[in-house]
Amino acid sequence: MNCTEFLANLTDYFDTKTAAALRSELERHMAGCSHCHVTLNTTRQTIEIYRNDELYELPESIRTQLQQAVLAKCAAMKKKKEPCA
Amino acid sequence: MATTLTPDENALHSDLLLIEKVKAGDLSAFEQLMRQYDRQIFRIALHITQNREDAEDIVQDTFLKVFQKLDQFQGNSKFYTWLVRIAVNESLMRLRKRRSQKTVSMDEEIQTEEGPIPRDFADWMPNPEQNYNQSELADILRRAIQGLPPGFRTVFALRDIDGLSTEETAQALGLSVPAVKSRLLRARLQLRERLSRYFRVPTGVQPQ
Repeated sequence: MNCTEFLANLTDYFDTKTAAALRSELERHMAGCSHCHVTLNTTRQTIEIYRNDELYELPESIRTQLQQAVLAKCAAMKKKKEPCA
Repeated sequence: MATTLTPDENALHSDLLLIEKVKAGDLSAFEQLMRQYDRQIFRIALHITQNREDAEDIVQDTFLKVFQKLDQFQGNSKFYTWLVRIAVNESLMRLRKRRSQKTVSMDEEIQTEEGPIPRDFADWMPNPEQNYNQSELADILRRAIQGLPPGFRTVFALRDIDGLSTEETAQALGLSVPAVKSRLLRARLQLRERLSRYFRVPTGVQPQ
């Protein structure tokens, strides 16, 4: 396996479903290639840093406002749909 | 005999129960569905549009659309995947309006200067994010992801941040599995390259 093939399979490496044979081939390449080793480790860190950071949280006050606005509109839509008594 | 459901199956089951209740006219069941997923929808919308006001509007519009279209939900796919698909379409529509151009879509050919080939091979410091305070780190992460084309950052947000599988991401975006994989690889490598400027071990220092 060369570096181009390693990169092409990098996405699959992070997927837990990846076949054991491919994983061990990737690991064998990495053991002898410091560039690919760094690329894999820092890519893994990139994913973890984004996953752990609460970058785009919805503040609770806005959340409540949005929920109330949606529910009010849904109630109005529901009323419209109901046949007149 | 009692069967044990996995957490995923449990979620699926409880979504379907709530949907049936909403169809029967129970608005509190819809409130529960919204409480379950509004934060994720906001995050996805913000990743695509990079605009908080737009993302808040998208949360509203998405759930209203879901309420209107709930009869069309067949239960063939997971409710969440169906919901994400509606939210992605709403987000792209907003983005199009803001940019007043017609070409923002998941299928557009994405041209960027940065190819998929990594160029920075410096190792990173241990726990590099701890060298920055919360707002500095947020700024670094935001700027890095903002520079990606919408099609890349959406795939990254769904797959890596939201935790959808490759197949679910493909379904939610109307893309093929190979297209998702290729965008994911490019998104990850481009982000890695950008973060490396901040997180790499300074020249002359050995990583611990």
